Amino acid sequence: MRSFSLIDFVSLFAALRWTVALVVLALAFGAPLALGLALGRISRFAGLRWAMAACIQVIQSVPLLGLLFFFYFGMPVFLGIQVPALIAVTVAYTLYTAAFLGEIWRGGLEAVKQAQWEAGACLGLSAWQQFRHIIAPQALRMSLPPTVGFLVQLIKGTSLASILGFVELARAGQVVSAATFQPLLTYALVAAIYFALCLPLTLWSRSLEARLDGSR
Amino acid sequence: MNFLPLWRYQNQLIDGAIVTLELTVISALAGLLIGIAGAVALKGRITPLRWLVRGYIELFRNTPSLIQIFIVFFVLPNFGLKLPAFEAAAVALSLYFGAYSVEIIRAGLDSIPRSQVEAGQCLGLSGWQVFRHIILPPALRNAYPAVTSQFVLLLLGTSLASQVAADELFHVAGFIESRTYRSFEVYAVICAVYFAMAMSFKALFAIVGLAAFRWPRRR
Repeated sequence: MRSFSLIDFVSLFAALRWTVALVVLALAFGAPLALGLALGRISRFAGLRWAMAACIQVIQSVPLLGLLFFFYFGMPVFLGIQVPALIAVTVAYTLYTAAFLGEIWRGGLEAVKQAQWEAGACLGLSAWQQFRHIIAPQALRMSLPPTVGFLVQLIKGTSLASILGFVELARAGQVVSAATFQPLLTYALVAAIYFALCLPLTLWSRSLEARLDGSR
Repeated sequence: MNFLPLWRYQNQLIDGAIVTLELTVISALAGLLIGIAGAVALKGRITPLRWLVRGYIELFRNTPSLIQIFIVFFVLPNFGLKLPAFEAAAVALSLYFGAYSVEIIRAGLDSIPRSQVEAGQCLGLSGWQVFRHIILPPALRNAYPAVTSQFVLLLLGTSLASQVAADELFHVAGFIESRTYRSFEVYAVICAVYFAMAMSFKALFAIVGLAAFRWPRRR
């Protein structure tokens, strides 16, 4: 047993980079997939719409913790080879992000009136040009507040990677707490760091929402 | 892949699922009470109380549920409040759910235009009658989708209670895994059970919603 010192403080902040790395990885892979899911959900083909809706339903109806364990133990079963924990965790967070962002962005896309697509078609734009220049900018504006809101969810969700032994902020907190026997100080500090990360995003999301509401 | 060794553990899985449901329902009811009290306080005139509720909401919505459970379980004993795992998880999840409920209920109440309340008063309804017949039904309908989806998230979130060894479904998974060494199969089954529970609740809420809110929407 030793007392809580500067080195513990440093180790918490050092672990923070893995929290950030997980968020970045989840967004980097999850966002393109989310766009695909959202476009699939508003597609002309009923089969594609249902398939995408089913994917989203399944992922949203399973605990994130379950998703993490499923891929952590499942990747070797599917692929037949051992994969590093980081890859399994990234796959789980990617699917989680894709399902939630996909549903948020679908809402944004559907909120843009059908007539906007038709107006684009009347101007002779191709389907992609209609999406890119007419629909996407409006949908983006509308879905930005909930997207930022989900980002907070994701940052909080990365704490679950600690359970697989991944040393990010929450895990570093457990380690420091066990070494110093100072759970109060350690967990308060960990909570404060998460709070400092998430609160600005929450406030930003709310101000975006208020601004959008006023312009309508 | 071999799911056969898991058959022996049916009873543990069922018991775990029941504990998960108990934890969910208890936390949801306690959280809704917090939500109603908080929404009333936010609408009230006592400024320090409003700040207190706002602080509570921001604190609990911007920190991970896992850390909150750890704090209730590992830190509160230092202050003489030693809770068993299930109770600790229930307290932490109630507070987490409560923080979201306050905002949902407040938004539901705010969705009623002031003019409708005034219209009720013009008809000579008492304060209670205005609340019961004019504010409550549409406020409930407006808050219903958010409350139910938050409830499903709570159901999934109870899996975190396994980390303080509350013997709910996810903790049972760890137990079976340690007995059978069938890690992947165990968690695949557990995910399927959570999926079945979540989908059942979604279906139930959809049916109840259709039955309870039948009057047409104003367009």
